Amino acid sequence: MKDRSTRDEIIRVEQVCFAYPGQQAQVLDAVNLSVGAGEFLAILGHNGSGKSTLAKLLNALFVPSSGKVYVDGIDTGDADRVWDVRRVCGMVFQNPDNQLVATVVEEDVAFGLENLGIPAPEIRPRVEDALAAVGMGEYALSAPHMLSGGQKQRIAIAGVLAMRPRVIVFDEATAMLDPAGRDSVMDVVLRLCREEGITMVWITHFMEEAALADRLILMDQGRVAMEGAPREVFARVEAVRALGLDVPEMAELGQRLNKRGLELPEGILTTREMVVALCRLKSGT
Amino acid sequence: MNVVLGQFFPGTSVLHRLDPRTKLLLTLVLIVCIFLVRGFLGYGVLFLFILLAARESKVRLKTLFKAVRPILFIIALTVVLNVFFATGGTVLVRWSFVTITKEGLINSAYMALRLILLVLGTQLLTLTTSPIALTDGLERLMSPLRRVGFPAHELAMMMSIALRFIPTLTEEADKIIKAQKARGADFESGSLVKRARAMLPILVPLFVSAFRRADELALAMEARCYRGGEHRTRMRILRFTRLDTLAFGLTGLVLALGVWLPV
Ligand SMILES: Nc1ncnc2c1ncn2[C@@H]1O[C@H](COP(=O)(O)OP(=O)(O)O)[C@@H](O)[C@H]1O
Ligand SMILES: [Mg+2]
Repeated sequence: MKDRSTRDEIIRVEQVCFAYPGQQAQVLDAVNLSVGAGEFLAILGHNGSGKSTLAKLLNALFVPSSGKVYVDGIDTGDADRVWDVRRVCGMVFQNPDNQLVATVVEEDVAFGLENLGIPAPEIRPRVEDALAAVGMGEYALSAPHMLSGGQKQRIAIAGVLAMRPRVIVFDEATAMLDPAGRDSVMDVVLRLCREEGITMVWITHFMEEAALADRLILMDQGRVAMEGAPREVFARVEAVRALGLDVPEMAELGQRLNKRGLELPEGILTTREMVVALCRLKSGT
Repeated sequence: MNVVLGQFFPGTSVLHRLDPRTKLLLTLVLIVCIFLVRGFLGYGVLFLFILLAARESKVRLKTLFKAVRPILFIIALTVVLNVFFATGGTVLVRWSFVTITKEGLINSAYMALRLILLVLGTQLLTLTTSPIALTDGLERLMSPLRRVGFPAHELAMMMSIALRFIPTLTEEADKIIKAQKARGADFESGSLVKRARAMLPILVPLFVSAFRRADELALAMEARCYRGGEHRTRMRILRFTRLDTLAFGLTGLVLALGVWLPV
């Protein structure tokens, strides 16, 4: 995997402020952000910290009150290029039911392509490829309401994927799913990121998901409060707590054990890593 | 495969394979002809034609005639009004203020036949055409009217979104009803007014949620580059084939015969 510093930049957010129309309160307050092409970036933050607002600024559903957002070099404030921005940067929302439009799965996946004016003979193969990529090929003719939540979200991903985006933004896309559905969606997203090089911006409140990202951003009151690799960020248990968020269980356990005098390495995130570290400690002493 | 919505039965018969535009147009012509036919012979021809078409498409007669049940009351009412309140013609029975005439009887039979043929024809259409094909066909048939400002694409889009969300909203209504029942709500007993009032706690949350869904869906559609019907292409291409020409020819002949046959 490429190092972040050598990646091309795909999204740049410069000094962005945003207030909802007719409201005084700044929901975003001078946010700066850079996302590298192919990166898996997770965004965390408690309710109302401005995550969804930021997400909608990334594909021109909103434009900044002040500051600039560039997606693949395109200024999202450029009214003539809104559709280019949305094609490059797709979005998957929280509620699987409220983002599927058609009565048949393949029709839904084709929706975005039809909107782009892609010629008919080109649409079907792209739909089939996208469905195969999310492992839903055999459901092409099913009705969306017969599918599980995880399957619906994968259809939503296929709908975005068919448009060949460079970035996909997920706004708590797993929040309404059961654990199995969550895993299936996460698998697909990780694979698309690693194999197809699609940049993923993953908004979530599940720490276990955030731990899988290349980089983490913690939002608080419309600002970027912390930033870094998951290991670095979660090692600062107190600081994360202060933002009203939890750290993964193992990160917390590691910190407590350290306080009790065990000399565990920093940045333990998973049970496996914890077991390995503890065994090493025991055999070492 | 799961059936998308109540009516449609997937299949591969000739009727299934016809272009939806053909079926829509022929149904329209059929409806017009139903009102032009002059006598029982003509109705017999139309009736036979529909039955044969149903047989060809492997639609069971029971399924076909299911459509008549909901309008039985209307048929009965029409018949009664026509029989008892027709004036003029040969009187058959006169009893207090009711007079039954021969013309009254015949007219009421015509009325009943027309209504039955009407529902059978449209039932056959919806049984053999998927909702998507139907909205697709409608959109394309109406699209010439766009030039005079008729919102053909928007109407078709609304129809297909409605079809998509009917099961979702039904499911949700079901959940709300169960939740209210668990709290002791009673929807089954009491006067009509009382029962109607009991429905209110179901309708309010249902509406609130429907509006939220609409909001989110609109945003999701915009995010996927939806900007109305302009510049839009379609994955499915509708094409008239020889089969459609044949269907037009055959139906034309049969309907002409039905209309031409004397009283
Ligand atoms: N449509 C809206 N109109 C006005 N205020 C809004 C709207 N949506 C969100 N907000 C406000 O903006 C702030 C940030 O919301 P949001 O971006 O949804 O946060 P998050 O996704 O992190 O929970 C909240 O204080 C919320 O009340
Ligand atoms: Mg949110």
